[in-house]
Amino acid sequence: MSIWVGNDTRLLVQGITGTEGRFHTLQCVQYGTNVVAGVTPGKGGQDVEGIPVFNTVREAVADTGANTSMIFVPPPFAADAILEAADAEIGLIVCITEGIPAHDMLRVKNALAGSTSRLIGPNCPGIISPGAAKIGIMPGPIHKPGGIGVISRSGTLTYEVVHQLTGQGLGQSTCIGIGGDPVVGSNFIDCLTAFAGDNKTTGLVMVGEIGGNAEEEAAAFIRENIKVPVVGFIAGLTAPPGRRMGHAGAIVSGTSGTASSKIAVMRDCGLHVCEELGRLGEFCAGIFKD
Amino acid sequence: MKLHEFQAKELFAGAGLPVPEGRVADSVQAAVEAAEALGYPVAIKAQVHAGGRGKAGGIRLAHDRQEAQAAADAIIGMTLATAQTAGRGHTVRRVLVEQGQQIRDELYLSILPDRTTASMMIIASTEGGMNIEEVAARSPERIIRVRVNPLIGLQPFHLRQIAFGLELQGDLFKSFCSLLQKLYSLVMSRDLMLAEINPLAVTEDDRLVLLDAKVEVDSSALFRHKDLAALHDPSEDDPLEAEAKKYHLNYIRLDGNIGTMVNGAGLAMATMDIIKQAGGEPANFLDVGGGANAEMIENGFRLLLSDPDVRAILINIFGGILRCDVLATGVVEAAAKVALKLPVVVRMEGTNAEEGRRILNDSGLELITAAGLQDAAEKIATIARQL
Repeated sequence: MSIWVGNDTRLLVQGITGTEGRFHTLQCVQYGTNVVAGVTPGKGGQDVEGIPVFNTVREAVADTGANTSMIFVPPPFAADAILEAADAEIGLIVCITEGIPAHDMLRVKNALAGSTSRLIGPNCPGIISPGAAKIGIMPGPIHKPGGIGVISRSGTLTYEVVHQLTGQGLGQSTCIGIGGDPVVGSNFIDCLTAFAGDNKTTGLVMVGEIGGNAEEEAAAFIRENIKVPVVGFIAGLTAPPGRRMGHAGAIVSGTSGTASSKIAVMRDCGLHVCEELGRLGEFCAGIFKD
Repeated sequence: MKLHEFQAKELFAGAGLPVPEGRVADSVQAAVEAAEALGYPVAIKAQVHAGGRGKAGGIRLAHDRQEAQAAADAIIGMTLATAQTAGRGHTVRRVLVEQGQQIRDELYLSILPDRTTASMMIIASTEGGMNIEEVAARSPERIIRVRVNPLIGLQPFHLRQIAFGLELQGDLFKSFCSLLQKLYSLVMSRDLMLAEINPLAVTEDDRLVLLDAKVEVDSSALFRHKDLAALHDPSEDDPLEAEAKKYHLNYIRLDGNIGTMVNGAGLAMATMDIIKQAGGEPANFLDVGGGANAEMIENGFRLLLSDPDVRAILINIFGGILRCDVLATGVVEAAAKVALKLPVVVRMEGTNAEEGRRILNDSGLELITAAGLQDAAEKIATIARQL
């Protein structure tokens, strides 16, 4: 029914005692996620609404059997938090933090290459398998369990897409925001590979943005490896070239990385591209209900 | 964050890299004095955040006092619009006056993070002094690309690959390797997103000189480089964009007349697309971010209203971290402080959306609420047609 997170998820939250960390932890609990521990250095022994807080990830894992981590640590310390989770052999690390220095992420990404951990993010809304577990900051109630997988570089744009899917009665298997930074732990292809192995996912929606060539590479991968129908959307059709639109990755230079060049490649690779966000839900209904 | 050429060169000089002797001047008189002190010939170079300055007349050579005076007079105060400024001109407030060099060869060298491979990429070419994208398109075999794993760092074989690729020999080979090592260390220790030397000059007397310098610092890393943060030049920013930065808002001014306020960069871009598809022109990109509070919303709203070109506003919020009741409170407070005369379409969904709508409805403000994105697009299109 889902990839990477589900009913066997045992979540720990790094940075659980901060304002954001605490708020979203409780939102996850309310959604039904099994939150087993929190980590804030120096606050070991305390608890957040009954969730035990530990000084180190290793202690938390030893005591609670946590297998997934959600990170709300401020940017200067976030890379260290990711490495600590990987060192404790956490299987899935979801980093929400925005504004981590790019050089920190370069080192982290290379360090994780030799570990057993998968990283989602940073600068992402997280991952949710509707009805089972929510790990992140997305609003839970807009989701509905079902068969559509959603992969996106954006946060709120993902919510928009999910909201429209649910409005059409199209439930989701797993929705992943991979993050908008130049260097992210998991890319489109990593997610697509996992979805390809989930026989309950009957359709996919890929939400991209201008800049870089991740969407083009993903489209080529889809042509060769994905059997279910895939709907594609690209934000930034009207973005002026050379300007940075919020995400460090979303810089259009020259002709590569523009929305229209991405859309052309996606169509070539057999994706169903929707250009009107306002009608994406209807568009998906037309594709997936056949 | 971009640095000026003179700032980048000070950074390089501090790292022991060879840059020409030069002085910064903000008046014609100061520029002539600098030229006299340095000795002729000198290069007089406009200090603005834009590439392609040479072609646009922002760089001139002077062989005597008269020429220096004429060059400085022409450049200081000019509005420089280059191929890379996208229609917007930059007013030149400062020039860098530099000692002229006897140049035999011009090389290209840059270091930047490569997002797809999560490595540091070093790019070098014997075809320096021209647009590197054009070189890459015309003669890709002249471009040397070397990837360095940031955990392992720059190795001797990397240096050999590049130095042999640039056909360097003897002392030049050695001085290039030393230069590249210093540059790489600087990029890594100062969180640079780009260090580009174009051209890296080989002089008649076999020295390497960094003739031009383009540096971008990772804005996210400025917390650990206070000295670099201090180099930010607000005069290069659009005044509204600078104002936005103070409030931690992500704002980019555009040419249209429909102001937008959205949470999240992706949704903000998609909302601009929707306005355009509806036949309108977005006046701006404004991402209030995921963690916005009522005060940020209020500041964002005020920012939109202070742009005289804005004739209508579309607010599109999908509440995740940002709750809709917080948004609504911010909008109501801002609207109460300014006499709101523009049509405002508000579309809200997500966390506490109903509470947010109630706050807007009870506010007594004439806001146009939209049910869904398509409805918002149609409402803003109707308004756009009447503008």
